[in-house]
Amino acid sequence: MNENNMLNLQTYIVDFNKPLKLSSGKVLEKYTLKYETYGTLNKDKSNAVLVCHALSGNHHAAGLYSNEEKPGWWNNMIGPEKPIDTNKLFVVCPNNLGGCHGSSGPSTINPENKKIYGSDFPIITVSDWVDSQKNLMKHLGINRWKFVIGGSLGGMQAFQWSVQYPSMIENCIIIAAAPKLTAQNIAFNEVARQAIMKDPNWCDGNYLENNVSPNQGLALARMLGHITYLSDESMKEKFGRDLKLSKLNYNYDVEFQIESYLRYQGEKFVSGFDANTYLLMTKSLDYFDPIKDMGDMFISNLNITNAKFLVISFTSDWRFPPIRSKEIVKILINNNKRISYSEINADGGHDAFLMNNQDYFDVMKEFIDEACNGI
Amino acid sequence: MAFRKDLVQISSWIMPNTKVLDLGCGSGELLRILQQEKNIEGYGIDNDINNIKMSLKNNINILQFDLDNGLKDFESNSFDYVVLAQSLQVIKNPQELIKEMRRIGKEIIVSFPNMGHWSSRLQLLFRGMMPITQSLPFKWHDTPNIHLCTIEDFLIFCKENNLNIEEVLVTNHKQQASLFTKIAPNFFGQIATFRIR
Repeated sequence: MNENNMLNLQTYIVDFNKPLKLSSGKVLEKYTLKYETYGTLNKDKSNAVLVCHALSGNHHAAGLYSNEEKPGWWNNMIGPEKPIDTNKLFVVCPNNLGGCHGSSGPSTINPENKKIYGSDFPIITVSDWVDSQKNLMKHLGINRWKFVIGGSLGGMQAFQWSVQYPSMIENCIIIAAAPKLTAQNIAFNEVARQAIMKDPNWCDGNYLENNVSPNQGLALARMLGHITYLSDESMKEKFGRDLKLSKLNYNYDVEFQIESYLRYQGEKFVSGFDANTYLLMTKSLDYFDPIKDMGDMFISNLNITNAKFLVISFTSDWRFPPIRSKEIVKILINNNKRISYSEINADGGHDAFLMNNQDYFDVMKEFIDEACNGI
Repeated sequence: MAFRKDLVQISSWIMPNTKVLDLGCGSGELLRILQQEKNIEGYGIDNDINNIKMSLKNNINILQFDLDNGLKDFESNSFDYVVLAQSLQVIKNPQELIKEMRRIGKEIIVSFPNMGHWSSRLQLLFRGMMPITQSLPFKWHDTPNIHLCTIEDFLIFCKENNLNIEEVLVTNHKQQASLFTKIAPNFFGQIATFRIR
């Protein structure tokens, strides 16, 4: 609890009644965002940081609630004297629209008809998230983010911020991301979606209404996803060909440790995640392509921003490998942006962005501290 | 730490308000000074994580790239200067890199330790061993320096590759230009810095 006091962890829910026009053309008349904050907003509101979460993340990025075993997903990064230092910075982390941890999403009630949204919840894009986050920013009275920071899908939101609201962002940290997905990335997402949609309990997305859940499908989707978040190296190191029992049984039960681990990950995941949210998040990943979507606006807005960029990739990440992060770097260099890039030596795969790594933390800390001079 | 003489020379050659790319920038010292004193815009490239951290601390734009993979991410003629300060000797394909530097920069600046210095010559002549000097302190088996050359070698290289030498500065072990380094640069010079168009 003491650490939470130092962190100044606060949780809020805010209702927005102004309609949000979405990329799809649909409109969300009303919506709710749940978010956490850490640290304290200074007088001139110049120390605010937006942390954007990834596919399976949520607003609970740091701190530990009394009923929890594990702290928030980025507790190693956010806190007093951590790289995102809450002694200096005021951090805001919302649950994305379409999520399943308190913000409006497919598992919440549609205020129009008082029924669970289910498949009626519109698809939300990265650009829509940025719009909703901008509304949250206005709600908090913040005019400019000192930093927008995110990894993976969160990194894409940070990148989008810099071109969607180029004058509202001072520093942009894009970790383990890409300017768009490849066919292979989309292919993995499609298999995940098929796993969910082929589950007999999916009920065309209206499973909650029918009091069932496509848990098998969601677990499979998560297992597949999980493989792509790890590296061959880290799997070898963690599991190798270790057996659960001492010998082979020549049947189809769990025999290798990796099988057991994946099944456990799948089962654990379904207890806290909504299948429709998973579908939505993978779709917004697939759709993400600001350079194409924004056309000339992309370059003209990039020219407007004074933001300083930091792009980070990890050597063993094959979901969004360094070469993909370098695509972002190249665009920024060739548009004369202030940008630094680091390729962190790590064998944790894509998930390395969530793991402890001294080089990674040092690079983050040096960049953030330098940018915080004067706060 | 004293500012390296070749870096002082290089910074004196760089005009204010220009755009500079510094290859193998180390802790970003050159760019930091140029940013403060000449209001340049610039990027440094280095592949050592500790140099990345120090460069971030120095508030310069630092890119963790491997120079041996080339500079294809940079557009042609996009910089006023491309600098390669005392890193020429660690590059796998110096000819290709210098060609790339010329493509990107209007002017290029290259400095390197001179293998023709008298102490290197004497060590090889009398001791029959690979030279170990102040600027080249490594043993033959653990050196990162794989493409060492003399000033004479580099002059020939420039001629063969149609590189126009605008200016040369050669300094001795005290990082100074002396009468000796002027009379016989390839014998008395320890570091040579070339400005090329």
